[in-house]
Amino acid sequence: MTSEYRIKQLSIFAPNTPGTLAEIAKIFLDNEVNISAFCIAEANNFGVVRAVVDKPDAVFAAFEKKNYLLKFTDVVAVKMSDVPGGLYDVASKFGAAGLNIEYAYASRSTTTPTLVVYVSNTNISLEAAVEKILASGLVLVRAAEMRI
Amino acid sequence: MAYYNEKIETLPRAELEKLQYQEMKVLVERLYANSVFYHDKMKAAGVLPSDIKSIADIAKLPTMKKTDLRNNYPDKLVCCPKEDLVRYHVSSGTTGKPTVVAYTKNDVELWAEAVARSLVSCGLGRGDVLQVAYGYGLFTGGLGLHYGGEKMGTTVIPASTGNSERQIELILDLETTAVACTPSYFIHLIDVAKKMDVDIAKDTKLRTAILGAEPWSESMRQYIHEQSGVVAHNIFGTSEISGPMFTDCGELNGMHICGDIAYTEILDPETGEVLPPGEKGELTMTILKKEAIPMIRYRIGDITSILEGDCPCGRTSPRIDRLQGRVDDMLVIRGINVFPSAVEHALLRVPELTSHFMLEITRTGPLDDMLVKVELKPDAMTDSINGLIGLQSRVERTLRDALNVSAKVELCPPNSLPRFEGKAKRVMDHRVF
Repeated sequence: MTSEYRIKQLSIFAPNTPGTLAEIAKIFLDNEVNISAFCIAEANNFGVVRAVVDKPDAVFAAFEKKNYLLKFTDVVAVKMSDVPGGLYDVASKFGAAGLNIEYAYASRSTTTPTLVVYVSNTNISLEAAVEKILASGLVLVRAAEMRI
Repeated sequence: MAYYNEKIETLPRAELEKLQYQEMKVLVERLYANSVFYHDKMKAAGVLPSDIKSIADIAKLPTMKKTDLRNNYPDKLVCCPKEDLVRYHVSSGTTGKPTVVAYTKNDVELWAEAVARSLVSCGLGRGDVLQVAYGYGLFTGGLGLHYGGEKMGTTVIPASTGNSERQIELILDLETTAVACTPSYFIHLIDVAKKMDVDIAKDTKLRTAILGAEPWSESMRQYIHEQSGVVAHNIFGTSEISGPMFTDCGELNGMHICGDIAYTEILDPETGEVLPPGEKGELTMTILKKEAIPMIRYRIGDITSILEGDCPCGRTSPRIDRLQGRVDDMLVIRGINVFPSAVEHALLRVPELTSHFMLEITRTGPLDDMLVKVELKPDAMTDSINGLIGLQSRVERTLRDALNVSAKVELCPPNSLPRFEGKAKRVMDHRVF
């Protein structure tokens, strides 16, 4: 079952003003949602906050209620070794499998370091990408595990 | 050379008014006979050409507005055979539809005559070198100053807008004595000259500036003089009356509106009543000899007053004060007229946006900046930064194409911009003129 590795990432539109991130974080807090991995991508006068959390569906509705613009994006989370070469091991296997990493960000949650990756090959489905990743010997985090 | 056309420019006021009445009578008769639009307008107002028995009777005639041009887009107001037209100019309109103005050979001549007289009143003459740094093209500024300058015998440099270092080089190399452009662009040129280590007062022959197409102030005139030694004159005009036409003279105290070319009134913007000299109201003009698209009692929308008393320069034509605002919500951004309704209209073309927006106008240094805050629809969200930046650039392109002026766009989440119950206040103008 490759679909159990499909992780629903939240992509939240964030105006570039002081206090915006605090407001976003408060919504996570108020809904008792734990953030496993997170990053901010910045553009012209706005940002996109990306987060992998334990209760994505519940918090999605909470954000919508507060007029936030957001979207689910499917990503995968790859386990990394916490030693020199850990990132190289993951990145080189993705490369060898022909998978393009559009963006990625690291997390140390769920006991081992994890790299959250968005695969952007337009001709490869997420399922196919997951199969390739598993075939390369890498270990993926299940969506259920992210929700602990 | 004190006057370009001394006889007409110094005609005693009583004779000037007689002339204005005669011209107006001919114009009204011609329009009543030839213009379906104005014929219907006069009928609706219950006025016949024979009712115009004195200059004061002009107040009986119906007024015209920019909407008349828009509703008759592109050329339904043209009152002469189409083959007699020698030129079109086009300006941005209020709802995205532009307004078109057309000129016969005589119209272009008359426009140039007005500009020639004005330039002479600013102290220019043969031997002067006039660098026209207004835009050439659909905008009337460039060609208007160009034809007027050539007519009165200056040497004209059609520099057009932009490339500021090149402008300074031209001023140095061609010994430019006068520049015509927007006031904010002239202040920008002063800054550019400084960066190039050019002292305008010492290193150049530039002594006169003809500035217009956007609001400016007496304090800007002083600033320009202190920074560059240049005497800045105010020029007034709008494409509907031909283009830039009338300037203040050497007295720098109001713009002379040549009486044989234009009849000026100040109306109460609410009631449409004619206001006496000295009182502020809506500037309204009749261009007495316009052939292609005659404009009778055209309500320009600018607020000003007719100055009382005679001008020491000897010109008998009435003078109007600096423009002091608008009766509508028109904005002037870097010399270009922008209506908030045109912004709204342009944004409708972007399906990812709601209909809510805000305009913020600031002036950083000499140049205006327009920021348009737009609201994304919920389904417009994407995880792709490139997608969002692409949308932002697409909105910027749409606005630039529609308004002829560039604007920065800020994407905002749904429901984040103010909602208005009554009249929407979508403009925040932080500029100080």
